[in-house]
Amino acid sequence: MTGYESVPGVVETRVSFDEATLVVDPTRLVDACAHLRGELGFNMLVDIAAADYLGWGEQEVAGYIGTAGGRDLNQAGSHGLARGPEPKPKRFSVSYHLLRVGDEPARVRVQVWLDDDEPVASVIEVWPAADWFEREAFDLMGIRFEGHQNLVRILMPEDWEGHPLRKDYPLGGEPVRFSDED
Amino acid sequence: MSVLPSTRIYEGTRIPSPVPTILEVDPEKHRLEDILRVNFGPNHPSTHGVLRLVVDLDGETVAGIRAVIGYLHTGFEKNMESKSWWKSVTYAPRIDYVSFQANELVYVMAIEKLLGHEIPRRAVWARMALAELTRIHSHLVWLGTSALELGAISLFWYCFDDRDQILDLFEMVGGTRMHTRYFQVGGLAEDIPPGFTNEARRFCESMPKSVDEYEAILDRNAIWLERTKGVGLLSADDALALGQTGPMLRASGVDWDLRRNTPYLAYDEVDFDVPVYPNGDVYDRYKVHMDEMRQSVRIVRQCLDRLDETEGEPWIVDDRKVVLPPRHELHTSMESLIHHFKIVTEGFRVPEGEVYVAIESPRGEAGCYLVSDGSARPWRVKFRAPSFAALQATATIVQDVLIADLIAAAGSLDPVMGDADR
Repeated sequence: MTGYESVPGVVETRVSFDEATLVVDPTRLVDACAHLRGELGFNMLVDIAAADYLGWGEQEVAGYIGTAGGRDLNQAGSHGLARGPEPKPKRFSVSYHLLRVGDEPARVRVQVWLDDDEPVASVIEVWPAADWFEREAFDLMGIRFEGHQNLVRILMPEDWEGHPLRKDYPLGGEPVRFSDED
Repeated sequence: MSVLPSTRIYEGTRIPSPVPTILEVDPEKHRLEDILRVNFGPNHPSTHGVLRLVVDLDGETVAGIRAVIGYLHTGFEKNMESKSWWKSVTYAPRIDYVSFQANELVYVMAIEKLLGHEIPRRAVWARMALAELTRIHSHLVWLGTSALELGAISLFWYCFDDRDQILDLFEMVGGTRMHTRYFQVGGLAEDIPPGFTNEARRFCESMPKSVDEYEAILDRNAIWLERTKGVGLLSADDALALGQTGPMLRASGVDWDLRRNTPYLAYDEVDFDVPVYPNGDVYDRYKVHMDEMRQSVRIVRQCLDRLDETEGEPWIVDDRKVVLPPRHELHTSMESLIHHFKIVTEGFRVPEGEVYVAIESPRGEAGCYLVSDGSARPWRVKFRAPSFAALQATATIVQDVLIADLIAAAGSLDPVMGDADR
């Protein structure tokens, strides 16, 4: 985990499970990425993975999906967690998985934390591969990437409402077409 | 040999700007009133599944293009979040249904990384053998369908005949021909059955001859050569910028293979070569696929020898909180029965953390990003789909080609729409 001191905008660096993570200030993301690509040779953006931490570490209820009337997992004899997970700074994380294709291969994860409706700059200028990855994060998680010229849905239909991978989006909650009411 | 090539296929970059995946019609090269917009797919016999290409044609020349995906989006990632770790393994092979074992492998490897498991040697060799058989299977499907799209119908039947032998081998170990769910967290679902190595060796005898035959059919076919050479060009720089991996990258001259450059399982203990071709066209992608099948047979042979050596050794880790107890114990041991019941019903717990694990799947880097909150269900599952990344190159590789060559170029990306759409 050396050599990343010069990356602009780094808030926190950590290594867990042998993976290096750089938590970056969202306003300086493009600077950090341009530095990682230009100076440190991370020439490939492998993936952009967004995650929603709404309800992270809260008490769970049992049941197939989880209903309010379900069993309290934190009661004795149930399978609730003995210790809650580490709290997260904001609701969403967006992780950019970078790879150095070359004679000294390396991977690093650049991570930004965002509140609901907080935009982040697009890195499409740094790696053109970000185009569809950012569209996917927008479509399924509702992350807004500023500067993306074509930020439209990619996997869901164009007229879809909501962002399905958010934690407040129910499983199986989509409206059924051709029902009696139509 | 250096990883990055010094030769360039074309000068500069061909990636469209400002949107890298949309090729707009250039009014200086084409008269806009001549442009005909054609919807190619999503239901078309030569689009490799439900891929839709919106093509702007000037005569027979492709002047603009945009790939539209999502027709096979089934919400795997959302579904997996609601299942226990144990149950969600079933979903992984269904994402890329042509290289199912590869997806299953990357998912269980990611869970094992969170759990800190050290996999028994016998399971490692079995996983490698099956992963390489999957690669041959996937390349055969690619070769058969791509050749079919260019009119070489007979090859399709030959390829699917060989593919069937691989499915027979999968049936032997897992009981089902596809989506075997044979890789479990910690190792394998069962030991490799007796007779498997002999059957697999018989396949390894016949497969290289088949590859030679296929190459003979195509390499002396003037139509095939005419339609693949110099078509669908992608330079090394553009391939890297667009996140291309696997055969796409190696056909553009980049000597990169995760199995050799960042070894996992026991790929550093077997001998194999990484085929690299410099021209970045459809023909070179075809050559990479052919050579990779030969190399995979080489790896499978070495794995089978090791499987014979490790006969009788454990094939799954000894971690009773994660792994199902041996079947015979269920009749005599109450503890085992309880563990079996608990693992199947509520699932095992995985320590808190986030990991990204990548393997070289038949189409390139298949990755899995997992977030665990320490419970029995995944908090977030994200697959890095090589087909999704490959399709981003569509607008770059089809510039000024004919509509007929568009079929060859799009097919050479080797997209599996289940993988791209998840």
